[in-house]
Amino acid sequence: MAIDSDVLVAGGGLAGITAAVAAAREGADVRLVSYKASTLRQASGLIDALGYVPPTEPAKALREGPPTAGRGVDPDEWPDPDGPLADPFAAIDRLPADHPYRVLGADALRDGLALFDDLVGDAYGGSHTDRNALVPTFGGSVKPTARYPRAAAAGLASDDTPTLIVGFRSLTEYDARAFADRLTAAGVPFPVAGVEVEFAEAFRADAKITRTARALDADEPIDGTPAREALSKAVAPHLHDIVDGDGGVDRVARVGFPAFLGDDHAAEVRADLADRLGADVFEVPMGPPSLPGLRLEDRLYDALDREGVRFETGNPVVGVETAADGRVDSVTVSRKGREVPYAADAFVVATGGLVGKGIESDREGVREPAFDLHVPHPDDRYEWFVDDAFGEQPYARFGVRPNGRAQPLDAAGEVQYGNVFAAGSVVGGADVAREKSASGVSLATGVVAGVEAARTAAGAETTDAATEASQ
Amino acid sequence: MTRDTGDDGTGGSDGQDATGDDTGDTRSPEPGVPRVGRDEQPSVFVPDAGAEGDETVAGAEGDEVVAGAEGDETDASAVSNTDRSGERLTDGGVESATGGTDSVELDPDAYDPVDVFAGGDLDLREGADSCYKCTSCDTSCPVAAVDDEFPGPKFQGPEQWRLKRKDDADIDDSITSCSNCMRCDDACPSSVPLSQMHNEARGQYVDEQMDKLSREYVRNRILSNYRFFANIASKTPRLANFAAGLPGAMWLGEKVLGIAGDREFPPFATQTFREWWGERGGAQVSDPDKRVAYFHGCYSNYNTPEVGKAMVRVYEHFGYEVMVPPQKCSGTPMFANGMLSDARRHAETNVENLIAAIGDGADVIASCTSCSMSLRQEYPELFDIHGIEDVAEHTFEAMEYLRIHEDLTGALAAGGLDEERAFAYHAPCHARNQGLARQAVETFRDVDGVTMEDVGDSCSGISGTYGWKKEKYETSMAIGAEMFDHMEDAEGEVGMTECPTCAMQMEHGTGYEIEHPLQLLAETLVD
Repeated sequence: MAIDSDVLVAGGGLAGITAAVAAAREGADVRLVSYKASTLRQASGLIDALGYVPPTEPAKALREGPPTAGRGVDPDEWPDPDGPLADPFAAIDRLPADHPYRVLGADALRDGLALFDDLVGDAYGGSHTDRNALVPTFGGSVKPTARYPRAAAAGLASDDTPTLIVGFRSLTEYDARAFADRLTAAGVPFPVAGVEVEFAEAFRADAKITRTARALDADEPIDGTPAREALSKAVAPHLHDIVDGDGGVDRVARVGFPAFLGDDHAAEVRADLADRLGADVFEVPMGPPSLPGLRLEDRLYDALDREGVRFETGNPVVGVETAADGRVDSVTVSRKGREVPYAADAFVVATGGLVGKGIESDREGVREPAFDLHVPHPDDRYEWFVDDAFGEQPYARFGVRPNGRAQPLDAAGEVQYGNVFAAGSVVGGADVAREKSASGVSLATGVVAGVEAARTAAGAETTDAATEASQ
Repeated sequence: MTRDTGDDGTGGSDGQDATGDDTGDTRSPEPGVPRVGRDEQPSVFVPDAGAEGDETVAGAEGDEVVAGAEGDETDASAVSNTDRSGERLTDGGVESATGGTDSVELDPDAYDPVDVFAGGDLDLREGADSCYKCTSCDTSCPVAAVDDEFPGPKFQGPEQWRLKRKDDADIDDSITSCSNCMRCDDACPSSVPLSQMHNEARGQYVDEQMDKLSREYVRNRILSNYRFFANIASKTPRLANFAAGLPGAMWLGEKVLGIAGDREFPPFATQTFREWWGERGGAQVSDPDKRVAYFHGCYSNYNTPEVGKAMVRVYEHFGYEVMVPPQKCSGTPMFANGMLSDARRHAETNVENLIAAIGDGADVIASCTSCSMSLRQEYPELFDIHGIEDVAEHTFEAMEYLRIHEDLTGALAAGGLDEERAFAYHAPCHARNQGLARQAVETFRDVDGVTMEDVGDSCSGISGTYGWKKEKYETSMAIGAEMFDHMEDAEGEVGMTECPTCAMQMEHGTGYEIEHPLQLLAETLVD
């Protein structure tokens, strides 16, 4: 078979990249295949590990009647979540026993974060401590996160520096004044004001974020004025907008913008703006399209190239071929309809969860479609969810269940394939949205899956060599 | 998934096909909405019994009608369904609930809840519904990045499709600013068939809204039918090259036709690939178990036969019997200009001849990544021709096929270049969508004497005929600027890419000589 490698990783998100690099560093020859352009470009760019331990009250029938009558917890009995957590590691023991952090151990999270720190270098902050940083996000909430882009560093909430949040009239998803009010209501230790200014009104709404980033990158003229100058001129009149209860005025010392301050030259754009405004400048992470996510994607794919990982994007893994001994021989990649086998000694499944389509569901059940791995779930689909949208939703924890080596288990609790490992959102057991643990789970499972896959592949080669020698 | 583009070969704007009553009043106001049910149903686009005189069927060799008697039969019944109702079928749900047969009985296995909605607009609905407006497509669109007037792929695809549900609104003319680079397909995390929606909308725009006497239409028709003119020019290549090189020739092209006057027309080879192939006596290797059918496309035939010759040398080196079936344009420039009728006509010839080669045991190999893209993806998405799925499944890009079936890395480890050469490689957008963006760099990474540098993931900006249009020239060069910069930064002074028009743009922007990876493969393996 022509397409062959020691380790094959299916999936190009944070977990897949982490697994691929971890395996390559173990000496394996690694190939990564990804169906679509990486979903990192939709990610906030924040690397959260564990922000909250949500209560896990079992759902019960709220009313008499058929299953559609509703399940959940009586609102009067709703417990508060545990958090925001200062130290994610200290809280791991309070997670459910089948949470990936519990199954793989706290060291997996440490190793994953360490690998990430090494890959991104000084582009990220937070590695100096185990403790979470508090980063304001664009909804006006403050998110506990383990690592944050340098671009967000000046905006940390654990600081009493007077802050101005800048929004744009034409950027409707980001209301700076509501954002500032919410921060104040949340009890942040700094005075904050929000303002909406006019800038680059002519850019099309749908492409506005990336268009603005490129204009600032190149400092291209907007209506005759260079972009950076135009932006600082729009903001400058508001540097004294913070008025305290006695009518006193604080000059702001830091200014937060939506995360579109440049792409390839983001650091330069921030420095230039800070210089012009006489205040620190930071970005507030946003939803897609996310410049911090795009920058992280660029950085991590450059790292893949550096580490000698081969990668291709554009075709999905649709199935597997197994050998007589129950191991997977090859995965089947659909190249525009034609199915081509990709052989390897070990495989990492990092195809994503329910949102990323690594886990699929319909009325009949919940499946992992690429390797057909076992996904435990109740037979009755009315038990997949509860009435409270923000409650303990069973579906949020759907996914394959790994052992301590990140090997997916079958319905009987046995290892399903000896040479398959799982990483990222395809792994169940975590409610990453409520826990604020998505990146951490990807890093922890990714590093374990990658290392274990490389070692399994090395073992397979040793066995092959021994067989050949004995023949 | 098909739609009737009203192909009567003349593109009449009055909405009546030359064959008149066979399709009846099935004109649909919505883009992408098939006039008869779902994609699994016979396309009204397949020439029916009344259109036997069409060049496709007439062009078939003797009685071996590849379109198939069966196809004609089902097609006729589909048409009669339309006739019965006397108007456009709006109960497409019932039609599709029969499971794609022409029976009116409901097939419970094929029944889907969505079928209960009226409107018959089931074709691209799933694609539109899958869009959750993350704008990843807009973020990846090279045109939206430089053209503030262009609303981006999300509008051109799912949003425009939805807007067209109820009102008989026109397609927004910004559809002509889409360059059909198809990057949005690759970017979409939700598998929305964006390029298919764009192709459908563009086809409808050209069909129903564009003035067929306008300079723009005539220019686009000429650009997209490059093969027709190249075929004539290559009869007297020296004269054609001389004429194109005359002072004022491009100026005239710009003034009369709106073709970008700053570009230089690519020279025609003095001997086409097919002429060379014939003179050579065809294949030098014979092996019924190891056959490939070469889809050279227009450019390797008329302009760069050295690419085709390199393909033959490399494949014969690996012991393949190369077949060169009769073929026409892959349709790429026609899709990009909304000339779906032209594309369909060419597709019929291509499918007929390629399916015959596949029957002889061959896989189809293309050296141009846009040709392979078209045969693999756009053909089955846009046309319902008997055998078109088989062609799609059996088509590969030339180096991709070798990487799948041969130990290319091992073979290259033994080869290499005597003199060091460095290349600045650009991955064409259409290669990207086939998962091939990295293959040249990875294949040549460890080859002695070769330095291959990827000049980044930006688009070259020419997108086939797009950059040849006077009004798009500035946009095209603005998109290409990033690639030009990266090429200048790269060590190599020779450019490399699989796509002929990317190559034109690379040469135009940097003055570099541009090669195809197959040429380097031939140089390292065979020479």
